[in-house]
Amino acid sequence: MRGFSYSLCLLAALSPAVVIAADWRQFRGNDSTAVADDTPIPLEWSADKNVAWKVPLTGRGLSCPIIVGDRIFVTCSSGYRQDRLHVVCFSAKDGSTVWERQFWATGRTGSHPKTCNASSTPASDGKRIFALYSSNDLVCLDLDGNLEWYRGLMVDFPNASNSLGMSSSPIVVGDTLVTQIENDSQSLAVGIDVATGESRWTSERPKRANWTSPAVLRGAKPAEDLALLQSSAGLAAVNPRTGAVVFNYDNGASTIPSSTVNGRTIYVPSRGITALQIAEGSANPEILWRGERLNPGTGTPIAYKDMLYFVNNAGVLFCADPKNGETKWQLRLEGPFSSSLVAAADHLIAFNEKGVGQVVKLGEKGEIVSKNDLGETFLCTPAVANGAIYIRSDEHLWKLALPQ
Amino acid sequence: MKRFVCAAVAVMGFASIVPLSAVGAPPKELIVRIQAVGTEGAGHAPAIAAVKELSQAPASALPEILGGFETSSPLAANWLRGAFETVADRALKLKQLDASALEAFVVNRSNNASARRLAYEWLLKVDATAADRLIPGMLQDANAEFRRDAVARLVTAGTKQLDDGAKEEAAKTFKQALLGAVDDDQVKAIVKPLRDLGETVNLQKHFGFVTNWKLIGPFDNTDKQGFDVAYPPEKELKFDAKYPGKGEEVAWTEFATDDEYGTVNLAKALAPHKGAITYATAEFQSPAAQSVEIRLGTPNAWKLWVNGELAFARDEYHRGSSLDQYKVPVKLQAGRNVLLLKVCQNEQTEEWAQDWKYQLRVCTKAGSAVLPTGVTTSQRETGDVRVAKEGR
Repeated sequence: MRGFSYSLCLLAALSPAVVIAADWRQFRGNDSTAVADDTPIPLEWSADKNVAWKVPLTGRGLSCPIIVGDRIFVTCSSGYRQDRLHVVCFSAKDGSTVWERQFWATGRTGSHPKTCNASSTPASDGKRIFALYSSNDLVCLDLDGNLEWYRGLMVDFPNASNSLGMSSSPIVVGDTLVTQIENDSQSLAVGIDVATGESRWTSERPKRANWTSPAVLRGAKPAEDLALLQSSAGLAAVNPRTGAVVFNYDNGASTIPSSTVNGRTIYVPSRGITALQIAEGSANPEILWRGERLNPGTGTPIAYKDMLYFVNNAGVLFCADPKNGETKWQLRLEGPFSSSLVAAADHLIAFNEKGVGQVVKLGEKGEIVSKNDLGETFLCTPAVANGAIYIRSDEHLWKLALPQ
Repeated sequence: MKRFVCAAVAVMGFASIVPLSAVGAPPKELIVRIQAVGTEGAGHAPAIAAVKELSQAPASALPEILGGFETSSPLAANWLRGAFETVADRALKLKQLDASALEAFVVNRSNNASARRLAYEWLLKVDATAADRLIPGMLQDANAEFRRDAVARLVTAGTKQLDDGAKEEAAKTFKQALLGAVDDDQVKAIVKPLRDLGETVNLQKHFGFVTNWKLIGPFDNTDKQGFDVAYPPEKELKFDAKYPGKGEEVAWTEFATDDEYGTVNLAKALAPHKGAITYATAEFQSPAAQSVEIRLGTPNAWKLWVNGELAFARDEYHRGSSLDQYKVPVKLQAGRNVLLLKVCQNEQTEEWAQDWKYQLRVCTKAGSAVLPTGVTTSQRETGDVRVAKEGR
């Protein structure tokens, strides 16, 4: 036992990034599924109820918080030109700032006023933070705020921008950071070595504005994981190490809500929703079903406990059978929504733009159990870990949790 | 064994907090390695090692790190900034941040403008009084953020003078603020009270918009194919020539915009053609050879040539348009410079996709106008240059 303890001690000293708790390492969580575990979460909150802490932020942002161990990482942008880039690390315990680093945008920072430069959710491999901005600046820091490397993807690709703003969030697949930089002028996907920041591959993508984020399709073993790249053309599954296309679905797809994955099934916002079944080791996606009346709005659908959920542009929550697309029930929520749903402990959480977090109990029918107004604009998707919900506005970061 | 492991842990823990530069390369050498980073990850391996080592430097290395910004690309400057902040953060926590060294760097205007601003922001963490001491002197600084802070103070002061009924003093204060203002929100906040006080302000000159153009079009851009077609104006600028255009013969015409923000509305100046291209050219007499930024706003696809050299090209349509949307760094030669702009309209039918326009200005990196020969800065500052149809 003593030897075991010393080993742990040594391991901790060698690797400060050892993950000892549930993480939420990228947009919609580690597996891009937006599903947390069954740890009880607060089902209602207000300014003075179930707010573990609330801290001010140093800039705007609609990027989501991510969680690695006992630390929360948030990106912001500030300045008249939104050209100041912030990466801030908070303690999950009390919201205190552990460190903050700032950089200058090397790419164009203009966007629609609703959005801003800090629009993409950062990602982590558990040892490093990868912060991408609309200006296509890509910062890699270790968990203690030390710069590892810095890329200016708009320096590399001068026309890789969208005057309305970019927002695709990168994901880590194995030891590769996969990012989509897609727009009308110069569209690319890049696979970047997480350790060196060097490109493993760069591939041309359809020249059309695209705000979707890549997702991961888990293989039988980690080396077989694939990155899913959605665009107006459809969905390409690529080897994250090489960028080689393993299979392609070319029936078109949305450029706003992203695909979600459940096991070997991919639910693509394409002609409504199209469910693709991918047999293990197969390069031929089979269309399981297509629901042309299932039209997700801005948020990405979610597959949770044998059901498929999404919110349409009218703010109606749909529950569909993931096996055939049959609608099981609908429930009108209070919109409008920019964020995606997250699921935890048999509930869905939906934050609308007005700051109202709506908790829906799942069952034969959906039931709104609470509407919780925090009074600020929320465009980001919350992160959920260890029974706590983390949500940010342009001004604040909240931790919502049951009293300890 | 137990003792060895504990010792190893202790050493590793110690190593993580104690600066190591005493045994490594000097900061100058590390900075040079970092400055070699290039596009698409070039030079990353030595730069990663160098930034790691530089981040462990003692606080005394901070001015040297800041000094490295001047000869760094914007990309490399961010690498240096990462190292600077790590060193400065550690020094701050150990109460070793040297305020006098930071302030000396800030006030030396031969230093890199961004590095001076960075030094200033860390100076504030140990000496909050520095703002009152330094910012009033930053009104026409090379750094836009310094200017913004200085302008904000004057706007506040002018507003208070107005509230107190001291109109003459307020006008004087707002005029002074306008000298430094480069951000449009501040310019608007200054111009409104100035005009309310009966003062004349020429925004075209203040921002440095190019307002007098020669235009020719439409050329064909059906299916957006004209973007890559080199029509005659890309090969020659003969202002008495006529060329076959899209469905008609086209010739050069003169056009001067009276829009305060220099907007040239091609849909009105020519006609609301769809799937069409117009070329616009203007001369800019530069008093000296100089590096400037050409800043462009347009919802249309475009190409820009300066003295026959392609400066930038972009084929995006109707994703928004704003002042200073694009910043193109160029070098002007002394005397006559020729700007040629290709503005492409597509065939979208939506109401919001009918704009066919641009605004172009010449300015410094900080955003203050660079005026052509014949228009002086003092004219702009005092408002002696009038807009012919101001108020339209």
